[in-house]
Amino acid sequence: MSEPMVKSEGVHKRFGQLEVLKGISLEVQRGEVMCMLGPSGSGKSTFLRCINHLEKINAGRLSVDGELVGYREQGGKLHELPEREIAGKRAEIGMVFQHFNLFPHMTAIDNVMLAPVRVAKVSRGDARDRAADLLERVGLGDKLDTYPVALSGGQQQRVAIARALAMQPKLMLFDEPTSALDPELVGDVLDAMRQLARDGMTMIVVTHEMGFAREVADKAVFMDGGVVVEAGRPDEVLVSPQHERTKAFLSKVL
Amino acid sequence: MSTSELSEQRAGRPDEIEAVPVRHPGRWIASFVVVVIAASIVRSVITNPRFQWHTVGHYLFDPRILHGVRITIELTVLSMIIGILLGVLLAVMRLSPNPLISGSSWLYIWFFRGTPLLVQLLFWNFISALFPRIDLGIPFGPSFIHANANTLIPGFVAALLGFGLNEGAYMAEIVRAGMLSVGEGQTEAAQSLGMGRLAIMRLIVLPQAMRVIIPPTGNETISMLKNTSLVLVIASVFDLLFEASQIYSAQFNEIPLLIVVSIWYLALTSVLYVGQYFIERRYGRGFSRQQRVTMRARWLGSRGNPPVTDTG
Repeated sequence: MSEPMVKSEGVHKRFGQLEVLKGISLEVQRGEVMCMLGPSGSGKSTFLRCINHLEKINAGRLSVDGELVGYREQGGKLHELPEREIAGKRAEIGMVFQHFNLFPHMTAIDNVMLAPVRVAKVSRGDARDRAADLLERVGLGDKLDTYPVALSGGQQQRVAIARALAMQPKLMLFDEPTSALDPELVGDVLDAMRQLARDGMTMIVVTHEMGFAREVADKAVFMDGGVVVEAGRPDEVLVSPQHERTKAFLSKVL
Repeated sequence: MSTSELSEQRAGRPDEIEAVPVRHPGRWIASFVVVVIAASIVRSVITNPRFQWHTVGHYLFDPRILHGVRITIELTVLSMIIGILLGVLLAVMRLSPNPLISGSSWLYIWFFRGTPLLVQLLFWNFISALFPRIDLGIPFGPSFIHANANTLIPGFVAALLGFGLNEGAYMAEIVRAGMLSVGEGQTEAAQSLGMGRLAIMRLIVLPQAMRVIIPPTGNETISMLKNTSLVLVIASVFDLLFEASQIYSAQFNEIPLLIVVSIWYLALTSVLYVGQYFIERRYGRGFSRQQRVTMRARWLGSRGNPPVTDTG
């Protein structure tokens, strides 16, 4: 296979004195779905946010599609990227948040259209057609002009997925996308993600949904205390884990 | 469900409760006291000849008073525009990661909130004593435009500077509070879509902050409307109060003219109430499931319980 989509080598992240990531090394290939599991505080979400440069890493190397995240390497030295270029990189990565973070003052379709019109400079008409199409695909074709407040959590999260897809990202990051949902609404969101995986999207999913991870993921990673405890095929990591820590966690979750 | 079952259910429904309501003698006594006080005030207002109601009527639409009303409105509107624009700028600066920029915003707010408005107005009025000539050009370099401070800053402009720059400091804090009320997740979501800092500010944060910003801004506008009467000290701006004072100092009819002034201020304030209601509704979109509660519904509705609909 060619160059990996995401390559992480010894990534460290500190918040003040607290070291949250203590050397994360892993690779995600193109078209691969990687699920990240672990107890809260293990650093999964932080790692995800580093990939999108919402957090700056303190040590190690992190690259997306062969390019360093947030830096340019020149003459053996790292140069910080200007805000503008970081924004450009972020536009190529879609992110879905635990609490949806839809823009409440805009209708569903305006949420989806915003970035294509304002960032990618697509014409309003084209952006509108595409946004309607995306909302249709996540099963919300009849909610185009509804404000987020009038949508259920599951519907909001599907709008958020459509919003991220509208920028035609090469990589999608999901930060516990179903954790804030009522159990009966989880299914629709997972279906939308399953469809996305089938279409060949490269995805990194932080989740507690074991069933989804086992079924959809190509790779599962178990993190604890800022390090990767175990990584491999989902059936290896999730069904017959080697490490005691993984076993203990899974026995509690399942 | 069959028809017989339905009717059976209806028949089984107990009668509406008709209970004897609790009596509230205290309320009756309180109401009586309030009515007596109100009536005696109204009586005094009507019968006391010193109110000179005919003089009030005579001057209410006097051309000088109307001119004063116009100047008062102009001063209020222009000062608020300056104040709001400055407030947004200062608030954005205050939240800047650059300590020099946020620090200078802090310093500005500290200075303009820390000195009385009246003193600031007088300063602007006497600016020519401080800077007799004003030169526009490259700092420490050559200047292109020279002007006498008195001609460049007449009374009206001095008043605008006084009110607008002072208001900017207060608006900055209001806008900042509004921006801080928008959750961090909103900024992160916009960042993850590739939007830049200014676009996020303009399209995501400020529109949502408006909901929090508007009520205190309405307050500020009402304060401003009344505070413009302080231009009395500049003595070259003929606002509502100044015009009235000119009339009563010649005619010795202070009370009726002050009543005229109060009536106008009350009328203008009432207009602002209506304006604020509509602006609030505009920026409340997407924050309430009940869209568009009309003013009529607000006044008439929510009185008593909604009618019970039988869905049997």
